[in-house]
Amino acid sequence: MARTLFSKIWDAHELATREGQSLLYIDRHITHEVTSPLAFESLRASGRRVRRPDLTFAVMDHNVPTGDRSLPVADVMSARQMETLDRNTREYGITCFGYASENQGISHVVAPEIGLTVPGATLVCGDSHTSTHGALGALALGIGTSEGEQVFATQSLWLRRPSEMLVTVDGEFERGVGPKDAILWMIRKMGTGGALGHAVQFGGVAVKNMTLEERMSVTNMAIEGGARTAIIEPDQKVHQYIKGTPYAPAGEDWEEAMPFWKTLYTDPGAHFDASRRFHVGALEPQVSWGTNPAMTVGISETTPILSDCAPAERSGVERALKYMGLVEGQRMTSIMVDRVFIGSCTNARLSDLVQAARVLKGRRAASGVRAMVVPGSQRVKRLAEASGLDAIFRNAGFEWRNSGCSLCIGMNEDKLGEGERCASTSNRNFENRQGPGGRTHLMSPMTAAATAIEGRLADVREMEILAVDELGLRGGRSD
Amino acid sequence: MTERVLVITGRVAPLDADDVDTDQIIPAQYLKVTEKKGLSRYLFYRWRYDDNGELTSRFVLDRPEFSGSAILAAGRNFGIGSSRENAVWALLDAGVKCVLATSFGDIFYSNASRNGLLCVRLDQAVLSEVRSSASGGRLHATVSLADLTLSCNGVIHRFQLEPHIRERLMSGADDISLTLSNYEGEILGYEAKMQPYLKPRTQRPLS
Repeated sequence: MARTLFSKIWDAHELATREGQSLLYIDRHITHEVTSPLAFESLRASGRRVRRPDLTFAVMDHNVPTGDRSLPVADVMSARQMETLDRNTREYGITCFGYASENQGISHVVAPEIGLTVPGATLVCGDSHTSTHGALGALALGIGTSEGEQVFATQSLWLRRPSEMLVTVDGEFERGVGPKDAILWMIRKMGTGGALGHAVQFGGVAVKNMTLEERMSVTNMAIEGGARTAIIEPDQKVHQYIKGTPYAPAGEDWEEAMPFWKTLYTDPGAHFDASRRFHVGALEPQVSWGTNPAMTVGISETTPILSDCAPAERSGVERALKYMGLVEGQRMTSIMVDRVFIGSCTNARLSDLVQAARVLKGRRAASGVRAMVVPGSQRVKRLAEASGLDAIFRNAGFEWRNSGCSLCIGMNEDKLGEGERCASTSNRNFENRQGPGGRTHLMSPMTAAATAIEGRLADVREMEILAVDELGLRGGRSD
Repeated sequence: MTERVLVITGRVAPLDADDVDTDQIIPAQYLKVTEKKGLSRYLFYRWRYDDNGELTSRFVLDRPEFSGSAILAAGRNFGIGSSRENAVWALLDAGVKCVLATSFGDIFYSNASRNGLLCVRLDQAVLSEVRSSASGGRLHATVSLADLTLSCNGVIHRFQLEPHIRERLMSGADDISLTLSNYEGEILGYEAKMQPYLKPRTQRPLS
């Protein structure tokens, strides 16, 4: 019978079924300092062990400071959570990429780049953006703390099999427009609950043409459209990305993996419970105006006009405009910003920084705008520094920081102040997300760079965009 | 073991908002608190406290006519966003035992079932009716897991619940014990045939 990619992986890991649920074996469990402490505590209280410490990895990301790493962690509560993760992972024999590790970074950036995420595997992490890993053809699920404890103890998880949705993205992006614009636009069209209960497979020409890092921006944000997870058929680009990385299979194992990886596609005629089709050909850069990612418009548009909104939507729109300090019908390009944040598990990989640099090189952030780059991992930071990419940002007046979740979630010192407005390459513009009273506009790295220069939300298509080889980077990596 | 949930009876508080994300239910800064007890203080923090950290009475659960409500009648897409289980713990700590909505965020829904918080999906029409009758503050309701009914104002509404969620709530059984006592063989079976390429390459730890 014709099966989807998602079903193939699910079936291969299904140990049992009961009461409409499946018990899935989990090949990889990634944990971090914020959602794990109570899972470890409960495990200890019940006298249980971590069944497979060799399949479990910990990364400190959510509340690590991004400033000078030689200084102690100033926030007492953050320091305690980081120490607790360190202690727990030592006690249970789990590899932990801590504050000082060269592998530290945002879990969803680190795991793919060091080969912990592999096609065909099941992977869970106590973080909703775990769907990111689906771009490598893994079945990746964000889970809660109780579920994390179950995985610690049993290396398996009881799950209800989600419905499946195929989202086909056709067309070619115009200059200055890319995957982040596409996913924001698709969420805008589908709504925050559009894919609830579904595992979404992304396909189509536009997705095929994306680099793996670009695909990760798409699967990352599928959760913002309600998806339980997202997945993309893995191809040569995935194999190249993980080959030779520290934890990916090597030698004979690599040779054996290849025939298996070639089976990881959706059979022609396989059934999906729902399907959507998008064409990105005429798409313009997208920017969020409101307080959830579906509240997004094109850069040439305006905030909504209340009388045009469906009656059921009106109070939500009104509330969001008020929170954002905007009025109805306001041109997006009239909105001035105080801060620019290039970072997060959505858009802080090397290629994201390259995209921003194509706009920023030789230019400066507008006066009064505080702009920062928080690389997705310490490895991304080192690669950027080795190629000279960091100098482009520094010369443009950006702070060049260490890695972490940072201003995407505001759990460390990187926060917005009350009423501050930020152009952000992150994934959530919820009220207070980036700091109490902070206002977030989601956008692509290129649009964020253009916005930094202008000091207001800007249309990058009206600016010069350098080719990658005009950046003068050493080493020439350009994807 | 979590506490068994069989019948929930209590006051209904209407929460007139759609797309309530878990960042609103409990802001990220309070995820550093590593105790479940006492989390109700941070529940809907930004909606309840003023800039000086003083509790206002603008949030529904803080208004006298809704205090002690066990049932929260919300809107569409309740609990979307972050996977933080603290959102469920904070609601339970505040005495909320059941949330009514037309739809829920998937991770929130699963987290709730593992902690004894019942999430009930209702049709928009039924939910609107419940919310509007609750708005005066005198509405009591009873939710029965045995019958899968919500009773209020003398009207009985039926709802559906996945069998495994119903069983998990009614038995209070924990998945770990169930798995370890009944499925060890299946787990070992998978591990015995797990392909080397699905395992992290064994090597010197990098740091």
